[in-house]
Amino acid sequence: MNISPQITIDRELGADDDGPVKLSAKGVNVFYGEKQALFDVSLDMSEKAVTALIGPSGCGKSTFLRCINRMNDTIAGCKVQGRIELDGEDVNDKSLDPVLLRARVGMVFQKPNPFPKSIFENVAYGPRIHGVAKDKAELEHIVEKSLKRASLWNEVSDRLHQPGTGLSGGQQQRLVIARAIAVNPEVILMDEPCSALDPIATAKIEELMDELRQEYCIVIVTHSMAQAARVSQKTAFFHMGKLVESGPTQAIFTNPRESRTQDYITGRFG
Amino acid sequence: MNEHIVKSFEDELNSLTAECARMGGLTEAQVGDAVTAVVKRNQDLAASVVGRDDKLDEAERDIERRAIKLIALRQPMANDLRRTMAAMKVANNLERVGDLAKNIAKRTLVIIESEPLTPLTRSIDRMGKLVLTRLTSVLDAYTRSDLDRALAVWSQDDEVDEHYNSLFRELLTYMMGDPRTITACAHMLFVAKNLERIGDHATNIAEIVHYEITGEEMVSARPKTDALQV
Repeated sequence: MNISPQITIDRELGADDDGPVKLSAKGVNVFYGEKQALFDVSLDMSEKAVTALIGPSGCGKSTFLRCINRMNDTIAGCKVQGRIELDGEDVNDKSLDPVLLRARVGMVFQKPNPFPKSIFENVAYGPRIHGVAKDKAELEHIVEKSLKRASLWNEVSDRLHQPGTGLSGGQQQRLVIARAIAVNPEVILMDEPCSALDPIATAKIEELMDELRQEYCIVIVTHSMAQAARVSQKTAFFHMGKLVESGPTQAIFTNPRESRTQDYITGRFG
Repeated sequence: MNEHIVKSFEDELNSLTAECARMGGLTEAQVGDAVTAVVKRNQDLAASVVGRDDKLDEAERDIERRAIKLIALRQPMANDLRRTMAAMKVANNLERVGDLAKNIAKRTLVIIESEPLTPLTRSIDRMGKLVLTRLTSVLDAYTRSDLDRALAVWSQDDEVDEHYNSLFRELLTYMMGDPRTITACAHMLFVAKNLERIGDHATNIAEIVHYEITGEEMVSARPKTDALQV
């Protein structure tokens, strides 16, 4: 009699059917002065997919996110080792202009940070300084298209010249997303984009992420496990500066391999 | 396993499993009594099995309510989610087992109106004991999270099937030999079929335990012997 059961390799859970890799971190170490914040992190992030980074405070997930568009360059005493490849090209390459890199890799922060300018100017700013638009008509077209993609157009089309700071928190967050996508980025980084928003505004941003992932590679840092489960296709769990586990979101939340991941997502961290 | 940071979550999960274990105990008693009633031709016992079935239905509803509340209010993840779902599914299987035991008891009330069929009753007794052992064993596996034990139950399903098939042949012989036994035999056939299905539920529970512990599904490719092929 056959005692050992046949175990299914669940296609949905196990298969690695991600799209092509857009971003690839290889052996990334980050130091703030003497203190090492990230240890040998290697992670692939796919095109047209949302990758969620989860983990307790201080685990290094935001540090990792900031490596991708070289935000850490601006912090004194911060040293980044290892490679982060965007389409196979190292983002830390000396010949790469960080300003151009940040046009390709947009970022959205926890607190919406619109410029103290009109709604129109907030979105038009990027295309204008990067010379994306030829003339005023094209600029207007880009602003409208970006606001539509950020699902904000219907709410602001009649008051484009009022200050962006006058919008509600959720609208401001969609405004900065519109600003980020106005320069045609390839990657959008989001650092807890919903933690200052109410559930309705959060749902709108999550719906937006789902729309945007049809075209972009999105990497999101979130403290809400439920949000990671809802919006991402891939989840990576960080703990004490190390990448503990990464894999398809469904697998991480139903059957994580590492006990530390399990303890964290089930609220057992000891 | 570390404990949850939120103690009341831990308590709710534990009480869900405990409730399921308690329901398991009730179900075992129902199956055991139903088999005894049919074997010993005990009318009172059969009637009491029929009367107690409500308790199992209530227990299932209670477990389902607790599980739904837990999912809605705690959003369990990973092993907690599997544990919650397992409790719900185990309760569901136990409720079905309870219905089958009740059905055996109801048929007992009819069977005891005819003459005893002694050798046949002995076969039912053996099959009933085997099924009850499997049920007890798999419920132990569930409460102790004992994967090996669950696998042992899972891989022995064909024993019950063999018993059922031989009982089926035995019953045919009786009915052909003496048409007056047909009523009792037909009921006995259903009793045997019910026992066989209780065995299947034990196998289902073994699969649920396997999923709860490992997170992997099992393919139902057990060795099967079919009554239609004998």
